Amino acid sequence: MIGASSIRKEGRAKVLGTAIYTDDKFMPGALHGLTVRSEVPRGILRAIHFGEGIPWEEFTLVTAADIPGTNLVASVVDDQPFLIGIGEEITHSQQAVLLLAHADRHLAEKARRAVRLEIEELPAVLDIQSSLDLQPLIYGTNNLLKEIRIAKGDPDPIWAQAAHVIEGEYRTGAQEQMYIEPNAMLSVVEPKDGLLQVTVWGSLQCPYYVHGALKQLFGLPEKQVRVVAMEMGGAFGGKEDYPSVNGGHAALLAWKSGKPVRLIYDREEDLACTTKRHPSRTRLRTAFDADGNLLALEADFILDGGAYATLSPVVLSRGAVHAAGVYRCPHVRIHARAVATNTPPPGAFRGFGAPQSLFAMERHMDRCARQLSLDAVELRKKNFLRMGDTMATGQVIREDLDLAGLMDRALAAIGYRDKRAAFALTNPEDGPIKRGVGFSVFMHGCGFTGNGESHVASVAGVEGLADGTVAVLAASTEMGQGKNTVFAQIVAEALQLPVELVDTAPVDTDRVPNSGPTVASRSTMMVGRILEDAAIGFKQALVQQGFLAEPYTPASFQAAVAKAVAALGSLRCYGQYHRPPGLQWNDVTYQGDAYPTYSWACYAAEVAVDLDTFEVKVADFVAVQEVGRVVNPTLAAGQIEGGVAQGIGWGLWEEVAMQRGRMINNQMTNYIIPTSVDLPRIQVIFLENAHAGGPGGAKGIGELPMDGPAPAVVNALENALGALRLDEVPMTPDRLLERCEEVSHG
Amino acid sequence: MLTKNAAGVKARKRLCMTVNGRAVEIEIDIRESLLDVLRDRLQFTGVKQGCSVGECGACTVLLDGTPVNSCIYLAAWAHGKTVVTIEGLAQDGKLTPVQEAFVDEGAIQCGFCTPGVVLSTTAMVDSGKCFTHDEVRRELSGHLCRCTGYQKIVDAAERALREADVAADEHPV
Repeated sequence: MIGASSIRKEGRAKVLGTAIYTDDKFMPGALHGLTVRSEVPRGILRAIHFGEGIPWEEFTLVTAADIPGTNLVASVVDDQPFLIGIGEEITHSQQAVLLLAHADRHLAEKARRAVRLEIEELPAVLDIQSSLDLQPLIYGTNNLLKEIRIAKGDPDPIWAQAAHVIEGEYRTGAQEQMYIEPNAMLSVVEPKDGLLQVTVWGSLQCPYYVHGALKQLFGLPEKQVRVVAMEMGGAFGGKEDYPSVNGGHAALLAWKSGKPVRLIYDREEDLACTTKRHPSRTRLRTAFDADGNLLALEADFILDGGAYATLSPVVLSRGAVHAAGVYRCPHVRIHARAVATNTPPPGAFRGFGAPQSLFAMERHMDRCARQLSLDAVELRKKNFLRMGDTMATGQVIREDLDLAGLMDRALAAIGYRDKRAAFALTNPEDGPIKRGVGFSVFMHGCGFTGNGESHVASVAGVEGLADGTVAVLAASTEMGQGKNTVFAQIVAEALQLPVELVDTAPVDTDRVPNSGPTVASRSTMMVGRILEDAAIGFKQALVQQGFLAEPYTPASFQAAVAKAVAALGSLRCYGQYHRPPGLQWNDVTYQGDAYPTYSWACYAAEVAVDLDTFEVKVADFVAVQEVGRVVNPTLAAGQIEGGVAQGIGWGLWEEVAMQRGRMINNQMTNYIIPTSVDLPRIQVIFLENAHAGGPGGAKGIGELPMDGPAPAVVNALENALGALRLDEVPMTPDRLLERCEEVSHG
Repeated sequence: MLTKNAAGVKARKRLCMTVNGRAVEIEIDIRESLLDVLRDRLQFTGVKQGCSVGECGACTVLLDGTPVNSCIYLAAWAHGKTVVTIEGLAQDGKLTPVQEAFVDEGAIQCGFCTPGVVLSTTAMVDSGKCFTHDEVRRELSGHLCRCTGYQKIVDAAERALREADVAADEHPV
């Protein structure tokens, strides 16, 4: 079962059109909810005016004054209100102020436009530098949402002694997740057995995050809140933290109205107000000896965290840990800060801080190679981490790591040497098309950073059903990545059953335990490992209670389960996360095993630049990765291909244009994601190296492919065009033209 | 039940069309999109709403066999026409070859773009034409997918076209 390309469990329903996404759920008598938002980035809310010509008495209206529990969204730091009240400070342009609901969707929209907010504007911070300069102070005592320092050795004495010291500054822009299904929530709040029962159905990655947020919002105990994850039309992190906000809003309207409420964002609202990838600025300083050995590395890594902390502390943490890349270095200093600005809070997006810091490091290595007059391949080979080396946090590489072999495989697959030689001959010729080939080498930590897994202490289980089949009990959600199928494969493997006899239970907090959020490349490796334990416990329970004799056939197992369920009423077995022995992490010093293991990769890209239009075409792409054992090759390849597409988009086209702290290209027409004609065939190669800590040897895979494409593509651009200031993504045609003009103008 | 505004203009209209092989007669507001009528009035929720501006292709339906973005197509224009939604492809639960190709090739991830892409591929197959690889990519470029990088979608479409081609050779009309 593990290692087979089992067919996607819910594929048939999706291709028949019968899969039920949130907005598809039939809910008679539901009201349509809408959100009234601030349009200024910062100010004091003085009044809400309700315009004429609207039958306001027919509307359900919710303001901050109505909130029954705590007006703060439960997150890493509870600093974001659900709604801003009169006299309170508005801190970004999309801040929710008023919720309204009506049975007539069109009238509700008309009403939203009839509301006028009276806001006393205050000066706003709209970029990283202004925030660092405290111009003005908008958050805490220093505008910092989080600050992290990682130290290894002492770089200070090295700068003066080293043969070469090379500095660089790199920037990355915000990026929209652009799941095709916009954020969507349904809610019903009604009394049940004399107690208020809050139920939310939604497009959400983390049911227990929303569950926790609703408990706090309404001041209710666990049992009175229920969250159900519907079929999800993509997420990529964009439905990790935000659903706690809009889930709360839907529930508030349902509670106030006493009716079911649909809160379905249209695309413009979704793009303008929901989370994005954090914009970043990274300054790197590296020292090399005369032979190109890396001696010291200093990184100043800054994320624009927006108006509230939300997930920024943990995004920063992952970015900081990945900032030193895949290189051995005796002296490292990483200073990481997430700064506050008056912009809608960014949040989780596939990669979670690592794409930003790895873009800087992998661009920097190519620039260093050029300055050292070394080949980019040779410079990396000299400095790659190997077994026994220590990373910036002091983590010792305990696995047999062969990054040089991984890199060689990718370079051979794309024909790196031949192409470089050929382009060196053809690029100087006349004609607008210049070609280049480049690559990046990188890693992605599997599971939560540091002690995250211990804090969550995930639980997952296996349940026998009356028909003798087995259900997986986990709160991990299916967002297209293949969780339903992979979990079934893992459990089927542990029970030695065909995968058809195992399916996942609906993700409903009334039914499934908290297996943690569906994030951080953790579902297969972390939750899968717990399920493996639970499945083995389940089988042992059947044997010990006399229902099952070993060896067994699938038919005898199914009969045993059916018999046990009939006799006992129900049969479930749970497993829980236990920290593997030998893993140590200190949250204060940032020393220790930042992750239980890493997935490793080298991505290579070939580009063709048209100097008449400055359009960039990615002509070829190779993705080679070591992700432990591959559970389902088709689904795994799908993860890599999709992640590469997003990474290329981030590197070349996807620009969030901001004006006064508001996204102004908040439509699919002018926020450009790749289409089928914009991408080449992506060659995906897996090198398998079973990891003892994962189910069947699997490691994490989901985020890895987001980290490598942008630096590989921009390194290829440098190969095509020569030394330009290619220090930023997206490298749009405008930006590329500007960089070329810098050189031609001296 | 025609309502009139002050200028005497009718805002409502009786719409007759065929949806998935069945005749439908329904009174609509002339401002309603075909998407809204299909989803909200007729409960064909396999038709997805992704952008409302004709950009993402998730709302694609076949109108007299041709793919259209139902979000920017007035329902009134569908009068007298034949509409096929994703729900209208499989007969008695049996997947069409295009649907099978999408499942088998791993061309489905989150599934939100899937109904539209499957319908556009169906139109390509039904056209009986031959398509080069680049033409397949171009034909499907009106469908935004954020999960797959399009590779397996293109693979599935090419497989369905290939199989239809073989079937046509075996059973010439």
